[in-house]
Amino acid sequence: MQEQKEIFVKIDRCVGCRSCTIACAVAHSESNSLFGAISEKPMPKSRVYVEWVPPDRKVPLVCRNCDEAPCMSACICGAISRNEQGIPITDRDKCIGCWTCVMVCPYGVIGRHQETHKAYRCDRCPDRDIPACVEACPTKAMVYETVEAYSESMRKHASIEISRSDKG
Amino acid sequence: MIDKKQIKEKSIDPTVHQMLERAESLGIETAWDRYEAMQPLCGFGELGVCCRNCNMGPCRISPFEDTGPQKGICGATADIIVARNLIRMIAAGAAAHSDHGRDLAHTLLMTAEGKSSGYEIKDQTKLIALANEYNIPVTDRTKEAIALDLAKAVYAEFGKQEGFLQFTRRAPEKRIKRWQKFGIDPRGVDREIVEIMHRTHIGVDNDPVNLILQGLKASIADGWGGSTIATEISDVLFGTPAPVRSQANLGVLKEDHVNIIVHGHEPVLSEMIVAAAGETDLINLSQKNGATGINVSGICCTGNEICMRHGIPMAGNFLQQELAIITGAVDAMIVDVQCIMPSLGPISECFHTKIISTSPKAKFPSATHIEFHEEHGIETARKIVRTAIENYTNRSPEKVMIPDQKTDCMVGFSTEAIINALGKTSDPLIDAIKSGSVKGIAGVVGCNNPKIKHDHGHVALVNELIKNNVLVATTGCNAMACAKEGLLLPESAKMAGDGLKAVCQQLGIPPVLHMGSCVDISRILTLCAAIANKLDVDISDLPVAGAAPEWMSEKAVSIGAYVVSSGIYTVLGTIPPVLGGKLVTEILTKTANDVVGAAFAVETDPVKGASLMIAHIDKKREALGI
Repeated sequence: MQEQKEIFVKIDRCVGCRSCTIACAVAHSESNSLFGAISEKPMPKSRVYVEWVPPDRKVPLVCRNCDEAPCMSACICGAISRNEQGIPITDRDKCIGCWTCVMVCPYGVIGRHQETHKAYRCDRCPDRDIPACVEACPTKAMVYETVEAYSESMRKHASIEISRSDKG
Repeated sequence: MIDKKQIKEKSIDPTVHQMLERAESLGIETAWDRYEAMQPLCGFGELGVCCRNCNMGPCRISPFEDTGPQKGICGATADIIVARNLIRMIAAGAAAHSDHGRDLAHTLLMTAEGKSSGYEIKDQTKLIALANEYNIPVTDRTKEAIALDLAKAVYAEFGKQEGFLQFTRRAPEKRIKRWQKFGIDPRGVDREIVEIMHRTHIGVDNDPVNLILQGLKASIADGWGGSTIATEISDVLFGTPAPVRSQANLGVLKEDHVNIIVHGHEPVLSEMIVAAAGETDLINLSQKNGATGINVSGICCTGNEICMRHGIPMAGNFLQQELAIITGAVDAMIVDVQCIMPSLGPISECFHTKIISTSPKAKFPSATHIEFHEEHGIETARKIVRTAIENYTNRSPEKVMIPDQKTDCMVGFSTEAIINALGKTSDPLIDAIKSGSVKGIAGVVGCNNPKIKHDHGHVALVNELIKNNVLVATTGCNAMACAKEGLLLPESAKMAGDGLKAVCQQLGIPPVLHMGSCVDISRILTLCAAIANKLDVDISDLPVAGAAPEWMSEKAVSIGAYVVSSGIYTVLGTIPPVLGGKLVTEILTKTANDVVGAAFAVETDPVKGASLMIAHIDKKREALGI
């Protein structure tokens, strides 16, 4: 199996444009197009959130795909399981809308679908190579990479910084 | 590795394919590359729901109710924001056209006062016709005296505070009544534009309907005001166009000539360049520098202006401006205002090409600036042409690649020329429309836009129209697309339906009539008004329709608005940034019918767009009982 990729966020790059939220909602619409999605009922939902940390930080948040996902162990009906790609997915038939998953999620990225009364969250866009939010980010603040590749890039970046300070 | 198949998807024009391959092999970036790099486009912008009109924000409305805010910080809804943004686009477009008109009025004023150099009053018939419209006495007066009064009168239209714009009175009375009923009969050109800026300031006009009405009012001030002034005064100074043969596409560049491209919009500059390039001294100088002669060609509307008055060839339309430089054969590209890409400077640095900016309003960091003023018009033009000639010696022959393709065309169908072609009266055209051999008239205009395969939107739509016996009046970048396809030739009548074919063959005219530059859409308005007046109906009763298949500019938004305000159903080929406002979308596509007797439609498929226009024309024919 190919190494699992995750969505990482370079917080210093986010300008808070919310392009990711639109792209996410469109990717989860029936028409799969912006101009079609805006008149769909029920309204397509975004699974990514952009939070503001005063005075000037903007933080895109999306399901972290935790290895030991609290939502999975908390779900009283066993509705949450991992799909073939290893992504936790809520079975809409089993979900009773008790919001326990919402209660235990440390990131607050599970939403309540008003029309269907079911929980929803990021599914990593199973039909796409790159999740829609990552692709839409104009500043490349969102990155879709394996943990290994991402941490390697962070190490490289840190090494450059360290060697620069060493030179004085 | 160059992907030829992918390049072919970008345009229907083989010169574009060849030049894009070249650009790629040389590592030069074009608008198509930048368009791809810009993907995906910002959804808030596409829907028109972002507002930067005050500093509480910037705000943007989420198109999905529970995904984000539904109101701006001031409380503006998506519809208010969309309407404000839309009419600001109209203000910018109307400002651009009208400033062009103002410049012509200025040139006429200076010429009448004897203060300009190189200009004269070429069309006295038009001068007198316009003077009559303004009630300016003409008997026993010199043309300069009449021109002075006319220049002052049209100049005054821009700053007028009350009353009406004279040229709006060419519209049928029923049309004017409608405008008055809804308070959209413009008072002065600048006033309506300024009022848009006022109304869209934080906390002024918060009613989407009222905002859009002001947008229409300013657009009418553009179409029947600023643009008409630009057209008419250009005719007075440089002559009213009459049919003339020319050629179009990058193949008009010549390997052994000094190639000068004029690019931009106002004939005030390009007319002088054409005059200077024809002077023996400068031709001799070019030969002394090793060239065979001087070859002037045009891009964008300035290309249309000099083509229809002098038969000067057209090198290409908007998306070909970068490619012209990539031929390596252009010694100088002389620019004034509008639609001139900021990328030209950096691309020109890959070759010997000099970009020469001329307008104090439009400077480019890497261009040579030779400021152009009418007082020294011809002298400055000579200096510019000399600069181009001197630069010819810097051309590297090994860097030159001129595409072969160029197509013959017949251009210059001003309203007067059309009436002349018909035998001094519009009756034959009206009869042909009544009999159904000509189903109706379509004005097809507008830009290029990398969102649409270059020229495909234009050509596919026009082909479909003429096949269905709709006579096409074209201007701007559509005119150039049609010219390159050979549609502006009388011979292309064979592409038309039987009825239109017979009419064209009888009159010796093409089925697609080149009416000029984008300000010359005013000619289409004048023609429609003349036909409507003759039939004693409103323009909205006529079997006519408009289209802008590849539009992109704010000017195009203003044009679309004034064409609809004039009562002409208009199909847009790219989606305007309004869909985020449901009420605004409804107004533009439906409710506008109750106000101005016409509305917009959006259709990105050009053949389907043509079908919408034909269906509309059929409906109007039925209502007229013809």
